[in-house]
This record gives sequence, structure tokens and C-alpha cells, in this order.
Amino acid sequence: MLARYVIPALLILIVPLLPFLAPWLKVVLIIALAKGIAVLGVTTLLRAGQVSFGHALFFAIAAYASAFLARSAVGGEFFVMLLLGTFAAGLSGLLVGLFVVRYRGIFFGMLNLAFSMIFWSILEKFYYLTGGADGIHVRRPTVLGISLARAEFETFLFYFAFLLALLLGWVALRFLNSPIGHLFQTVKTNETRLQYLGISPRRTLLVGYVFSAGLCGVGGVLLATVQGIVTPDYAWWIRSGEMVFIAVLGGAGSVAGAFVGALAYELVRTYAAAFAADIWQMVLGAFLLVIILFAPGGMIGIYDTLMRRLFRNGGSARDRDAESEAAYRPAVEGKKP
Amino acid sequence: MNFSLFLLAVFDGIAYAALVFMVALGLTLIFGVLRILNVAHGSLYAIGAYVTASVGAAIFAAGFAPFLAFPLMLIAAALIGVVLGGPIEYLLLRRIYHRPEVLQLLVTFAVFMILEDVQRQIWGTQPYFEATALQLLGNVQVLGVYYTVYQLIFLPLVALTVLIGLRLFLRRALAGKLIMAVTEDREAAQAIGINADRVFFLTFVVGAALAALGGALASPTTSVLPGIGADMIVLSFAVVATAGLGQIEGAAVAALLIGLGRSFAVYLMPELQVLVPYLIMLSVLLIRPEGLFGRPGARKI
Repeated sequence: MLARYVIPALLILIVPLLPFLAPWLKVVLIIALAKGIAVLGVTTLLRAGQVSFGHALFFAIAAYASAFLARSAVGGEFFVMLLLGTFAAGLSGLLVGLFVVRYRGIFFGMLNLAFSMIFWSILEKFYYLTGGADGIHVRRPTVLGISLARAEFETFLFYFAFLLALLLGWVALRFLNSPIGHLFQTVKTNETRLQYLGISPRRTLLVGYVFSAGLCGVGGVLLATVQGIVTPDYAWWIRSGEMVFIAVLGGAGSVAGAFVGALAYELVRTYAAAFAADIWQMVLGAFLLVIILFAPGGMIGIYDTLMRRLFRNGGSARDRDAESEAAYRPAVEGKKP
Repeated sequence: MNFSLFLLAVFDGIAYAALVFMVALGLTLIFGVLRILNVAHGSLYAIGAYVTASVGAAIFAAGFAPFLAFPLMLIAAALIGVVLGGPIEYLLLRRIYHRPEVLQLLVTFAVFMILEDVQRQIWGTQPYFEATALQLLGNVQVLGVYYTVYQLIFLPLVALTVLIGLRLFLRRALAGKLIMAVTEDREAAQAIGINADRVFFLTFVVGAALAALGGALASPTTSVLPGIGADMIVLSFAVVATAGLGQIEGAAVAALLIGLGRSFAVYLMPELQVLVPYLIMLSVLLIRPEGLFGRPGARKI
């Protein structure tokens, strides 16, 4: 049974060594960590049974906020950019959230999509502010006032992103295990009971929504600084779709799954996308269908099943299927109206 | 804004509303019966436009009569409904009717991702433009303003015909009554011997064909290029949500509202053109969360 925990621990230890073993992987890993943190936000919402097709909105807002800051007279200081970007994402998460938490399911997903499309078109149309489709160049920021060369900056960014990912993963787990986190997950399992307890499901969902928007913001700032440019693509629906895809790939609702999924996705994308650039969306879509229909637990679900089969102390196959399926299912399922 | 500009904006709005309505109608019909929001609906619209524009260009270049543009639209729509809509329902959606809503959304979203790339593979990224149908019907002068007959008279007429036809079909025809029965209560309908699977299949094919017909009708008025599918699904969702999910007549009113709002924005504040439909939707939903014509559903405890 120990092996079940040894393998993840080893994986966590190997990641910080990767830049020594394979220096060319550094940027790929930073991008993967940035996306993983953003996906963590989508994953958190999945715990409340809601899927958002527009979380790239907060990703883009944070990225543009930090780009504007870097361009302004204040100049680019990495930590200020990170704080401001996350704050901007959280604030817009609060504003958008006040509206979308009134809805569940289809409306929740599609209204989020609508908001991200609105922001995308603002970025494209108001080109005199946002640079239009060309985006804004983000100069390499200073770190605590020290300007670093490119290689050093990337090394710094990698280890910082890695620690941040660990920290935020822990924070997300703490959040989900806190009293408000349990209430948040009850939105999925039994919202009516929440109301009987005298608790506002909307307010609870809003707390989680702002949290998830903030996480997307952190990811957005990291990606903007490593890529050195922000474009309206950051808010495009394909980016949101990618986040949902990674969340489902890793394991719907699993905190570790967000990072495992992001690492796997980004590594495959970097090396396979060159061969399948034109049909990349198609490959993703097909893969998404396969996961949803045949392995709803995602990579983490497959890992758990594997471990249980190896050590023969798990439940029956039926139990496991029911468990992974439960990732999506509300506990009380009335007949649909 | 003088009177002729005002008229132009109204005509633009009506023409646009007629197109959006066709797509939204398919979306709301499918939702009403299958209880699934088909995110891939926008792709069916785009493929309808692509097929009509590319096949049209090919047959007119080969010297066929221009009036064939109209039957071509119908054929393209029906073909897409059967060839694409059929397998989507039969192979995918049929497996997930009893599954949670989030999962259903993800499945249709995956289909959307796949179809977007299929379009790019087949038609590339170059815009297509084929306006034979538009030119064939010529222009008309209304109160001093010239406008194309195709957009001002033909499109709204088609939309109205489809609306009334669908209403009559659902109320009078046997197949329509079966659809209504299954929508009302699937289990009871099955208990009296209605084949619910077949009803779902038929509904999805009809809904998909409506989306493709919307695309086919739109193709002479605009260039067909990648991305129109994504725009259309969000826009038609805005229409459907403004009206209330599953509301057929409501969708017509909401389409008109959003179409007019958008065309006035084009003349008054061009930057806001893309925003206006969503602003209308958001302001309606703020006051009536179930849409203009929707009824709040009873909660099950």
C-alpha cells in the first residue's frame, strides 16, 4: 500500500531535478505549471458540479493586467505583477461571479463562455488600448529589483512556479477540506440541504468562484511572463476548452490531477503537436470523448484503479466505476424536469 | 441618425434575426426534447454555410442554372442533418441521456472541437463567398432605401414558414405529437408504446438540419471563414437563453430583439456590435433568470 504514496512523492521530487537533466524542458515545464495552476481553478469548480467554458477570461485578465503594469511608468516587478494580476482576476471573478452563481449546469457553463467571448472581442476591437490581435509585448520583469538574464530568469521562474504549484495545491486541498469548502461541494451533492441549513448556496459558490478565478489569474501572469507576450488568444474559447480538457484528463475534481494532467498535456503538445498541428483540436476532442465515456476518473482514476488492482485491497470493479462516475454526478438526482 | 439610416438598421436587424432564429430554433428544439444543450450546433451552422458556398461555386462555374442555389440550400441542410446529426445522436448522445448534465455538456463540447478542425481540414482558412442567390433576387426600394430582396423578404419569409410549419407539425402531425408526448413525460410515453429513441433521433436530425439551413441561408450574405461556428453557438445560445430554454415562439421574439439591437449598435457604436447581444441577454437574465418566456421550474426535494 505504501507504493501508492511513494510514486507520487518520487514524481514531486523528480520535477525540480528536470532542468538539470533536460534543460530544454524548462520552458515547457513552466508553461505546464502555469496551466496546471489555472486548471486547478477549473477543477475546484468541478467539485461543486459546475463546468465553466470561459475561465480563460480570468487567465487573460490577469495576463493583461500584468502586461499593462509592466508597460506603465511603475515598470515590471515580477511580484507586483503577480499580485496585481491575481487581484485583477479575483476582482473580476467577484463581479462576474455575482451574476453567474445564480445559475447551474448549462447556464453556468455557457454564461461563462459568453463573458469570455465578450472580453475577447473587447481585446480585439479596442486595439488602441490592447494592441488588438498583435497583443502586448511583456518585457522581462525584474525580480525584487534585480534584472536577470533570460536563462537565470527562466530558472527562477521554474522553481518559483514549482513551489507556487505545491503551495496552491495545498491551499486548494485545505480550502476543499475547510467548512466553507465542504459547503461548496454540497452545491453539487445536495443544494437543497444547504438551503435547509440556512446557508446561501450562491454565496458559497461565489467564494469558490473567486478562489478559482484567482488561481486562473496566477496561471495567466506566469504564462504572460514566460512567453513575453499577451494576445487576445489568452481569452479565446479554445484556451478555456483546453483548461476543461486538462481538468478532465487529469481526473475531474482531483487537485493532483490538475498538475498531472497539465504536465502530460504540455509534454505531449510540445512534441506531438508538430505532427498534428492542423488537427490538434480534433485530437483533443476525440481524446476527451474517450476519457468521458470510458475512463471518467481521468489519469488519477486510472492510477488509483491500477494501484488497487496491484495490491488487491480495493472494492469490486463495479464500485470503482461508480466512484469515478461520481466525479460528475449529483448525489440526489431527481428525474429531469 | 436620419430616417434612411434608421430604416437600414431595422432591415439589417430583421435579416440577421431571421438567420439567427433558424439556428436558435434547432438549438431550443433539441434542448426541449433531449434536455441536452448541443454545443456542436454552431459547427453544424458553419458546415452548412461551407457546403452551400463551395458546392454552389462549383456548380455555377460548371454552367448550371443560378436558380439551383435555392434547392441546393435545402439539400445541403437535409444532408448535413442526416449525415452529421444522425451519427452524433446515434453513436454519442444515446449513451449519455442518463448521465449528469456536466458530462453531456462536455461531450457536445468535444464534438464541437472535433468539427471545428474538420472544417479547417476540408475548407482551409480561406474565406468563401458565393452570392448567386442574393444577386438573383435583385433589390427592392422601400421608403427611399434600397435593400436586397433576399435579405429583406426571402429570409424573414423562410424563417416565418419554418416557425409556423414547426408549430403545425408539433401540434397536428402524428410524429409531432409523439415528440410532444416524449417531451412531456418520457417514461409515460414509453409505457404506452412510443419509441422514445426514434423520437430523439428524429428531433436531433431536424434540429441539426435547421442549424445547417441557417448556415446555408447565411452563406450568400457573408463570407464563410473559420470561427463563425464559435460565434454562432454563443449568439444562438444568447437568443435561446433570452427567450427561455425550449421556447419556440419566444426564440423568434428574442432573435428579433437581439438582431435589432446588434444592427443599431453597428450604426451607432460599432465597437459595441459584438457586445450588444450579450448585454441584452444579461439584462434579461438579471431580471428574469428563466428567460422572457420561460417558466420557473418546480424544484424537486
